[in-house]
Amino acid sequence: MTAPLLEVSGLTVSFGDTPAVRGLDLSLSPGERVAVVGQSGSGKSTTAHAIIGLLPGSGRVTGGAIRWRGEDITRAGERRLRRLRGREIGLVPQDPMSNLNPVSRVGRQVAETLMAHGMSGRRQAWRQAVDMLGQAGIPEPGRRARQYPHEFSGGMRQRVLIAIALACRPDLLIADEPTSALDVTVQRQILDHLEKLTDELGTALLLVTHDLGLAVDRTSRVVVMSEGEVVETGPVRQVLTAPQEDYTKRLVAAVPSLAAPKHSAATDVEPVLEVSNVSKEYRVRGRGGVLRAVDDVSFTVGRGRTTAIVGESGSGKTTTARMVLGLVPATSGTIRLDGAEIVALRGDRLRAARQAMQPVFQDPYASLNPMWTVERIIAEPLRTFRVGNRASRRAKVAELLDQVALPSAMSQRYPNELSGGQRQRVAIARALAIDPRLVVCDEPVSALDVLVQDQILDLLAKLQAELGLSYLFISHDLAVVRSLAHDVLVMRDGRVVEHGPVEQVLTAPADPYTRQLLNAVPGATVFAG
Amino acid sequence: MTTAEVTVAPLVRGRTLRRIRRNPMGVVGGALVLIVIIAGVFAPLLAPYAPTEVHFSTPFQQPGTVGFALGTDDLGRDVLSRVLYGIRASLEVGLLSVLVAVVIGVPLGLLAGYWRWVDAVVSRLADLMLAFPALVLAVGLAAINGGGLASAAIALGIAQIPTMIRIVRAETLRLKESDFVLAAHTMHAGPVRVLGQHILPNSLSAIIVQATVIMPTAVLGEAILSFLGLGILPPDPSLGIMLSDAQQYLFRTPWPGIFPGIALALICLGFNLFGDALRDALDPRSSS
Repeated sequence: MTAPLLEVSGLTVSFGDTPAVRGLDLSLSPGERVAVVGQSGSGKSTTAHAIIGLLPGSGRVTGGAIRWRGEDITRAGERRLRRLRGREIGLVPQDPMSNLNPVSRVGRQVAETLMAHGMSGRRQAWRQAVDMLGQAGIPEPGRRARQYPHEFSGGMRQRVLIAIALACRPDLLIADEPTSALDVTVQRQILDHLEKLTDELGTALLLVTHDLGLAVDRTSRVVVMSEGEVVETGPVRQVLTAPQEDYTKRLVAAVPSLAAPKHSAATDVEPVLEVSNVSKEYRVRGRGGVLRAVDDVSFTVGRGRTTAIVGESGSGKTTTARMVLGLVPATSGTIRLDGAEIVALRGDRLRAARQAMQPVFQDPYASLNPMWTVERIIAEPLRTFRVGNRASRRAKVAELLDQVALPSAMSQRYPNELSGGQRQRVAIARALAIDPRLVVCDEPVSALDVLVQDQILDLLAKLQAELGLSYLFISHDLAVVRSLAHDVLVMRDGRVVEHGPVEQVLTAPADPYTRQLLNAVPGATVFAG
Repeated sequence: MTTAEVTVAPLVRGRTLRRIRRNPMGVVGGALVLIVIIAGVFAPLLAPYAPTEVHFSTPFQQPGTVGFALGTDDLGRDVLSRVLYGIRASLEVGLLSVLVAVVIGVPLGLLAGYWRWVDAVVSRLADLMLAFPALVLAVGLAAINGGGLASAAIALGIAQIPTMIRIVRAETLRLKESDFVLAAHTMHAGPVRVLGQHILPNSLSAIIVQATVIMPTAVLGEAILSFLGLGILPPDPSLGIMLSDAQQYLFRTPWPGIFPGIALALICLGFNLFGDALRDALDPRSSS
């Protein structure tokens, strides 16, 4: 057995008087890949930051020890830490958009790292930087090294950050949610590349993630964290296929999987929403060109059923949803709600159409007016559509809170006093207030932790069964779609590439892009059971 | 309808006050503001004499003289009484200016942020006004309107309208793209409802902070206008007039000028410190 590269014992980190990590033990051998998995607030990122001495704000290590090759670096001075970071431990941060200097050439930012650690002189550094960028999978590295970050896509920026992190050949790479801001197909490419690079260099990897699938695919050992403590640790397959602890069991059970869909094939039902040949064009400013955000899209949503639109960023799925909601005018095509055309409606008829459909948005932190109480938020559609009087509205709010399984005492709270899942329940209650036939859900669970996500999906399914609601469900996540949808539409660059019943699309995809999407879902093989 | 209560409630809920209390500068600012307001509001009770009461037999008394705690000026008027009434006048001018800037600036800012064509008109007009320094603008307007407290306050308030428009417009531009406003659109909420119930309440913290900036600016502006003879008209008390009167005797008997100067400095310092603390406390990004 080789001596451990990194050994953390009894690590306790506190912010002020609040402990964020309690008694964490972790050890990592050279070349080993370990995942730290947990939901938001579990202390996984704090752990990563503590190791490299970059705790934000009032964060302090209040107990335990961090040993790097046997050397205690828990309270190492800033000089030692500066040599440690980059030279010995590399960090790939979460957000590729904000972690590059926007006014400095990309190649320079890599070269700077090399020079700062005395790895090479000024002249050599640029050449090495170009090499590193090439190794990180950037095409034409010589030319692109002279470009600025804004000329790079999110995936390409993440490759630059990986090049920076690996520039000095560190022995350990800490990747803090390296791909959570990226589309699945890009995520797969990046991680494949990262894996290849760390293999070649013999670098150990500490992967911090909320995604159990990623842990299974990319690491050999996993540490499951919850509320600052390690819940379970062991070989990744063993922990995630035969979990011992209750918490891990719940976590694994909540992972939406790609196994056989819950819903059977569609028997014909009358459509609530019919979208035919809808397009949306935007004039591109300055260049006189036209951008087709949505190109000739057609689909229907049956009564009491769910149609899902799946696609990556820029696929036009959200624009489609906004056209249905009448928030964005369609350039051409027809949208019918219960047989009645709703494109370009005005006045009373638009009002009637809007009463029949309501939205649930992605970010429950942004979709509720922070200045209002929950009761006022849920009652808003009742007031704008002048339904009932004050007393009847209050009764309706109580009923709705009950339907979405929130205690009635919540009605006097403000959104910032609620958790993400509770807020999304409030948003759902608001959508249901005026008894719509169609609910347009735009990524309703992608901002939520996996356990909460599972609860919200269950709630949506329950409400559909009880109230006969129809859903238009927008998502980037095929696995989430599987548990709820009857029909699936796969979109790419504004076009529909595949359309059909969910089981057909997910089990026997016809289009190569759909196959690519399915293959990119992390952990597909393990959680399929 | 209890709209006001409901919308302001989250602003003044304990957290904001707690945050101000934890900021030492905020505590000092808040205390100064409180002292100044008490002095202004209760000036008639606190002042030993009427502000215009002349004592010809006792001009230029030293501070500490029996009966005249802060001394007397060239006409034998009690400096303490005049400072207290001067603070009162300053606060009146400040409040009135804030009122003018808010009542005109906020609706224009909301409209400019919401509709592009309104923006084209309103923002160009605001730019035009911003081309002149606010004080020069106020001096000009006050000269046109003639003197007096109300006219000076209105002139100073008008000079602050363009910045208020800009701030409210920026907030509106930001908020109108937010998901809760989109949700309101899908509920068929009209522009009045969206602006009045969603955007305005969420802009309140920015407006309140701007008001705490306008307040000391207007107080200082009043002093300058009065100093130039364009503001409050003698014999009514004003800190600016007191400074102006005192300057000719400044080397012989400085106190009739020092005390109104201190009062002016304290008002401005108080509101500035309090405003800074309030801005930090209301910023949701700053952690508690």
